Amino acid sequence: MSAPVDIPVRADAAAPPVGIAVLPALDGSVPSTAAAAAAAGPAARAARRLRSVPPGLVLAWLVIAVVIAWALVPWLFTAQDPVSGVPAEKLQGPSLAHLFGTDAIGRDLFTRVVYGAVHSLSGAFVAVTVGLAGGTLLGVLAGSIGGVVDAVVMRLVDVLLAIPGLLLALSIIILLGFGTVNAAIAVGVGSIAAFARVSRSEVVRVRQADFVEAAFGSGGRLSAVLVRHVLPNSLTAVIGLAALQFGAAILAISTLGFLGYGAPPPTPEWGLLIAEGRNYVATSWWLTVLPGLVVVAVVLSANRISQSLGRTR
Amino acid sequence: MAYLARRTGQALIVLAIAFTATFVMLQALPGDAILIRFESPELGLSPEQIADIRAAYGADVPPLQQYLHTLIGFLQGDFGTSVQYGTPVRELIGSALPDTLPLAGLGFLVAVVLAVALAFLSTLAPFGWLRRVLRALPSVFVSVPVFWLGIVLIQVFSFQLRLVPVIGADPVQALILPVLTLAIPISAPLAQILARSIDEVQLSPFVAVVRAKGAGPARVLWRDVARNALLPAITIAGVLIGELIGGAVVTETVFGRAGIGRITEQAVANQDVAVLQAIVILAALVFVLVNLAVDLVYPILDPRLKRKAVAA
Repeated sequence: MSAPVDIPVRADAAAPPVGIAVLPALDGSVPSTAAAAAAAGPAARAARRLRSVPPGLVLAWLVIAVVIAWALVPWLFTAQDPVSGVPAEKLQGPSLAHLFGTDAIGRDLFTRVVYGAVHSLSGAFVAVTVGLAGGTLLGVLAGSIGGVVDAVVMRLVDVLLAIPGLLLALSIIILLGFGTVNAAIAVGVGSIAAFARVSRSEVVRVRQADFVEAAFGSGGRLSAVLVRHVLPNSLTAVIGLAALQFGAAILAISTLGFLGYGAPPPTPEWGLLIAEGRNYVATSWWLTVLPGLVVVAVVLSANRISQSLGRTR
Repeated sequence: MAYLARRTGQALIVLAIAFTATFVMLQALPGDAILIRFESPELGLSPEQIADIRAAYGADVPPLQQYLHTLIGFLQGDFGTSVQYGTPVRELIGSALPDTLPLAGLGFLVAVVLAVALAFLSTLAPFGWLRRVLRALPSVFVSVPVFWLGIVLIQVFSFQLRLVPVIGADPVQALILPVLTLAIPISAPLAQILARSIDEVQLSPFVAVVRAKGAGPARVLWRDVARNALLPAITIAGVLIGELIGGAVVTETVFGRAGIGRITEQAVANQDVAVLQAIVILAALVFVLVNLAVDLVYPILDPRLKRKAVAA
């Protein structure tokens, strides 16, 4: 009984609006209603895209943005001095006046963490740049020239992979000496192998594509084809890896800082901050726990972002 | 057979390059450890005496001769002499190994148990939110600095809960926190790989067939899914061993334990090049051997690969 009733109702109610809205749009003369829809289009699409972004990813970008702001304009986030303290206020727990508490000579820990961001971030930036430049160069050479070059480069990469990251970094530090930049370079050399492998496999993949063959066929030289066609198309995977290595570099640099091979005191580098707080674990938990949580948050965010970059590929 | 020979050859080449590279980097470049150690004015040594010491360490001959001498030494298990302690590096490492092996061995074991538990619970646990939390745990674990984890564990278990004594702990108690510190970050990549391969295997057609034939969830999981899902995890064993060595350096420093990690840290602080080179080469050797073993064992565990290799 219900089915014959249903059909006329649907035909009456649904058909006319669709006809009005779609048909004029198709022949190009856009009436006012369709214009409104078109104008709402980009905004609606943007809103939809925003809603489809997972909240965790938004949070990750937010964390990275805040930390970059700490590195660029630390004085906007805190009015206190990172190096000189107020001895009368030493070893106070977290409070409104001192968000992260104070250390053994009365320095505000939150201020030191904020001012430390520039050391950790620039260190990680140097490390990723070293790894990206060295690794991509090796990988692209191996992938595009092939043959003996490929074999030699990949054996070198095997060697870099065979030595545990920390030991490799320590070997380079013993060579270059202690310091923030040296520690960063040491960490960067450790990531060359990963960049070389990814960029090589990407170049090999892209080289087999038809458009690259076409570029060669229409008289393109190797270097020109590499720069114009192969590199841009190999970049996405490398960028995803760079984000991942950024988080790993922050971890590794803080480890070297903790061991005392990075920045000298009183630099508020994050690893060094935790090392200094170590003598007060029994009484002042905030000196180690809070800077460590900041490191965890930053690394977690970098990893989350790298995961999202990998997925868009 | 040809495969075995090729893989062994590759492994030897990697080791040879590693040795040459570390030799060039650590010994032939400036920052001569002997000069740093003995040239300080406090010792009051004359240039002739320093020259004698250099001769005693074999540092006065041309680099190529030094290289051959060191290489032959390494092949015979003689890693030179520590400038800092004045004892053979082999003795130094030999005396530290008994402290590190239980830590590294237990750390690896706990990491594997933790990873397997996490991977299976994150696909099996009741409630979606619990599975999601367990899925997210490994990515938190890899983001935690090892040294910080150690300090936090000391804070929580020794100072807050007073479960593990800081002073006067017996050898077993003294191992608990370091093993946990070492195991947690290492378990993370393993758990991720396991979870991913469990997902893959569960979706594969043969599991559907087994289910359709009426197998219960427990049988499907243990007999069919687990056996197939554990295989890919073996491939990252070498990487995990490397992480274990790096982790031992940090863990031993945090907990003030004597061992290989501590020696490494001291060697870097004192520019004791011979010690660091020996440890780097030994670490590379372990990595290469483990990977070689994995490559050789994998086709035996997974006959499909052997057939593929024969066909190719």
